[in-house]
Amino acid sequence: MFEIFGIPSQALFGQLLIGLINGSFYALLSLGLAVIFGMLNIINFSHGAQYMMGAFVAYLLLQYSGLGYWPALIVAPILVGITGVIVERLFLQWLYKLDHLYGLLLTFGLALILEGVARNYFGSAGLPYTVPESLQGGRNLGFMFLPNYRAWVIVASLTVCIGTWFVIERTRLGAYLRAATENPTLVRAFGINVPRMITLTYGFGVALAAFAGVMAAPIYNVSPQMGSELIIVVFAVVVIGGMGSILGAIVTGFGLGVVEGLTKVFFPEASNTVIFVIMAIVLLVRPAGLFGRRG
Amino acid sequence: MERVVDPLAQKPSALRTQSETIAFGVMVAALVIAPFVTYPLFLMQAMCFALFASAFNLLVGYVGLLSFGHALYFGWASYLSAHAAKVWGLTPELAILTGTATAAILGLIAGSLAIRRQGIYFAMITLALAQMMYFFAVQAKFTGGEDGIQGVPRGNLFGLIDLRNEMTMYAVVLIIFLAGFMFIYRIIHSPFGEVLKAIRENEARAISLGYKTERYKLAAFVLSATIAGAAGATKAIVLQLASLTDVNWPMSGEVVLMTLVGGLGTIFGPVAGAFVILVMQFKLAPIGEWVLVIQGAIFVACVLLFRRGIVGELAHLLRIRL
Repeated sequence: MFEIFGIPSQALFGQLLIGLINGSFYALLSLGLAVIFGMLNIINFSHGAQYMMGAFVAYLLLQYSGLGYWPALIVAPILVGITGVIVERLFLQWLYKLDHLYGLLLTFGLALILEGVARNYFGSAGLPYTVPESLQGGRNLGFMFLPNYRAWVIVASLTVCIGTWFVIERTRLGAYLRAATENPTLVRAFGINVPRMITLTYGFGVALAAFAGVMAAPIYNVSPQMGSELIIVVFAVVVIGGMGSILGAIVTGFGLGVVEGLTKVFFPEASNTVIFVIMAIVLLVRPAGLFGRRG
Repeated sequence: MERVVDPLAQKPSALRTQSETIAFGVMVAALVIAPFVTYPLFLMQAMCFALFASAFNLLVGYVGLLSFGHALYFGWASYLSAHAAKVWGLTPELAILTGTATAAILGLIAGSLAIRRQGIYFAMITLALAQMMYFFAVQAKFTGGEDGIQGVPRGNLFGLIDLRNEMTMYAVVLIIFLAGFMFIYRIIHSPFGEVLKAIRENEARAISLGYKTERYKLAAFVLSATIAGAAGATKAIVLQLASLTDVNWPMSGEVVLMTLVGGLGTIFGPVAGAFVILVMQFKLAPIGEWVLVIQGAIFVACVLLFRRGIVGELAHLLRIRL
């Protein structure tokens, strides 16, 4: 045990770890928002609600079909992703030609519906979801205690984030996606089914949110308002990073999580608001965002 | 090629300018008669929300800026108004002015940050700033945290007229509402308002015509925040309560819903929308959390099926301006 700036190393690294965990969720969610915005030109306000849905689906799978954490990590995102595909086909596809704000309003309405339904059936108190057996316990690193599950969350979300970046920036499929973002009409002329690509992109973005939700379930309680609290912070993260760059979204997400964790150590009163304050400063100094293009 | 001219875009005919006057007369008459028919307290609350929604509409409907954080001005004005009346012992008109001035200052700060980005970012920034101020409200001592500021005295108007009488209070709220409403009407139909509409239609063109659009947007933002503040400050005196509900994000969503239901960019729409939503909440109170689901469904239905809103559809049907 030693001290840094008068703070015990356990406390400092403990908060740093919590910061990295929060950062993992910021990164996963802002990545999903950026991917959806790139293709659909819609800010998906229901992203938080879909994250919450992922956690609830994992909870229900465990309660009613005995499917544990590991299968849920695959099944829940697929199920929620399918609801995303349905939402896109039923609602969102009619909005692409309209002003941006209608997409925001519609997905806000969806978020209210999802949160309301969850509150009716599960109440607003959180439901517990236990850490899978294979990841229980932890190890002592000397300067801090590292719970296995938390280490797994950081590794898993980093892997998914970098995997997504790789697919979009380095593969043929990603090239089609980027081309369709730039000029959908031209890409359609080359015989690629752009509307289907848009549908699947939305489904994928939503599945990312649900994946984050399943991973969050054992850390935070599963509760109806877990999404709405998070999504507003993620919006601030997106404003800070800008949505132009996938890598930017990932870096900003993790970075801000760490900053928030450190604030909890040195100035706990400000830990709720520090990300919003950083957003205000970034707007003053670099209005386009850290990684953004002007617009 | 012959240009297709929107019949509504032509020079205002006698009927069209009259339609607004007639509708205004009907509204005033209804609000004067209403307290003798139904609960005055409910009506006063509805008028506060109608003014709040009208202020919000000034920004989204006439400048095209969607603020998703208008609870910030409504809620903080209500806190300051309640604090001024209860702790400082100011008379109600001064308490309301205190709240309104607070909202103006907050609007100036938040507005000058938010207008630095366009479109969808603008909505996210306003929402995030409002959430930041919500956390301040949770932590600050004077707001009373979860309890809010309760038992705010209505006091005596100008130190003379006792506002504990429901009908006297009603008259005061009606005057504030009508003054705010006419102020907004005046803004929209002034040369300044015409520039705002030009920015909504095509900002790049407005810039190329030499207008400093950022200044116009900021001015509209501050005006909207101030009027929203007046509504919140009045509500604190009427209900004798300021609480976290008024400053939290669902309130920002609610005012969007009211305006959307009534009709974006129509002068009477937000008023109609506020009354419709409040009546709905009142009637549906027994079913609890399902209200949230129904509100969400109304959002979806409005965006997909009738984007003009109630008043907008009516005006379109009758080919008049409302």
